[in-house]
Amino acid sequence: MTLTMFTLNAFYGLALAMNMFIIASGLNLIFGVLRVINFAHGMFYMFGAYIVFTVTKSWGAPFFVGVLASALALGVIALVIERLLLKHLYGREHLMQLLFTFAIVLLMSDAAKMIWGTDQYSVGYPPGLGGAVSLGFVVLPQYQLFLCIVGPLIAVALWFVVDRTRWGRVVRAATQDREMLAALGVNVPMVYAAVFTAGSALAGIGGALAAPRVALVPGMDATIINECFIIVIIGGLGNLWGSFLGALAFGFVVQFGTVWAPNWQDVLPYVLMLVVLIIRPWGLLGRPEVG
Amino acid sequence: MSTSGMAVMADRGADLAVEGIHTAYGLSQVLFGVSLDVRAGECIALIGRNGVGKTTTMRSIIGLTPPRSGRIVWKDRDIAHLGPHRICRLGIGFVPEDRRIFPELTVWENLDIARRTGADGRTTWREEQVFALFPDLAEIRDRRGGVLSGGQQQMLTIARTLMGNPELLLLDEPSEGLAPLIVEQLRQRVAELKATGLSIVLAEQNLQFVMSLADRVYILEKGEVRFTGTPADLQADKSIVQQFLTV
Repeated sequence: MTLTMFTLNAFYGLALAMNMFIIASGLNLIFGVLRVINFAHGMFYMFGAYIVFTVTKSWGAPFFVGVLASALALGVIALVIERLLLKHLYGREHLMQLLFTFAIVLLMSDAAKMIWGTDQYSVGYPPGLGGAVSLGFVVLPQYQLFLCIVGPLIAVALWFVVDRTRWGRVVRAATQDREMLAALGVNVPMVYAAVFTAGSALAGIGGALAAPRVALVPGMDATIINECFIIVIIGGLGNLWGSFLGALAFGFVVQFGTVWAPNWQDVLPYVLMLVVLIIRPWGLLGRPEVG
Repeated sequence: MSTSGMAVMADRGADLAVEGIHTAYGLSQVLFGVSLDVRAGECIALIGRNGVGKTTTMRSIIGLTPPRSGRIVWKDRDIAHLGPHRICRLGIGFVPEDRRIFPELTVWENLDIARRTGADGRTTWREEQVFALFPDLAEIRDRRGGVLSGGQQQMLTIARTLMGNPELLLLDEPSEGLAPLIVEQLRQRVAELKATGLSIVLAEQNLQFVMSLADRVYILEKGEVRFTGTPADLQADKSIVQQFLTV
């Protein structure tokens, strides 16, 4: 493999990783605080992509208005689901929560078919990001370059909020002792609702940003939720930078797997996860014993 | 505190009145009609052996384990059905027996998340004031809660609750598991808190710890109040101590 091809593949791997990180970080945030494994997260991602399609194609709005609309729409959908239904399932066994979020998948899947049908759609690159940037020995597509910038920006923003603000401190306390936090005057159910909303909005943003580089088809949610679980497990449950690292590992394995071992490309992410689980059962940056 | 000052406070009547509460964890009932009252600025002690319902009484008041029946009246309002965060915001601070420090948060972060203006608008307790009361905490402000010693955790859990500027402090077995020297330091701190006019409900098994602090004593046994009186009454009648407190 030439340097040019290697750089290009590494770059595509990085762009994929950053897009996946945005989605997986939301899933991980929700799990870290609520201890709920949200199977509907992939469906939220799919809605994010479809909403960008509708807003840009049918309404003719700019791409980034579509991204914002996806984030808002998924935030609202998640808030309604949490306040009306999910909040009754905290503290119940995980099976109940899994069944519930799976029911949301089925409902939203049918809703998507009613709204958008079963045709395949595509979303074009936003104006100004459809070109390429030349580095001399290699030419990089602008949109992927954009993803490589947005991903780390979101990571740093999330880190800042969780680590450096009072709101983040309250969120971290909620992962450790919900009852004590309530006795200190914090409205814990509102913290849960806010985290579920924010995490789901990240799925919406991730889906919206993925729209120009993937085909919009029914079932696109199922692949993503599996991949998100792989990333979160590799990185360590509940750990933000773990998800970042997990997404990088995933992105490179998928991209180079496609080139070097095309017959194995579907299996490689799972092999990666197995290897990590054998060496560090709690993930790269996770800690032994969770909750 | 002067005697006349006490009289003025007593005239205001009971700030907190617990009226015949029955509290259970699932099928296991722990409290059978507990009643008590706390006047403004007063320190009452709940004493009794392990498992008689001291902690459950505290948890009932703060709303973590709401009573099945009975009333809890705080400043003329029944709070028995409110959630813990609402009760806290009305001016009641809870210091749990097991301390419940957030282990992944630093000392300062533990204090920061509890920061709150008092129900009456007071901001008496800020970082500077709690660090002045517990100077040791200032030196370890960036250390994670999980690595503190038992004594440090006990100081922090009290300091953290004070950050919410409560008017009534529920202090559950603060001396438990601490070395005698630390217990004495802690007793002095609690005495200082009492001198600021803070009302205190103190659950203890350590009789000595209670005697110099409490204005009145309630002895609990099997989820019922069996004795009410002053520490002097208790000292005068050794048979009570024998009956309810000796293991």
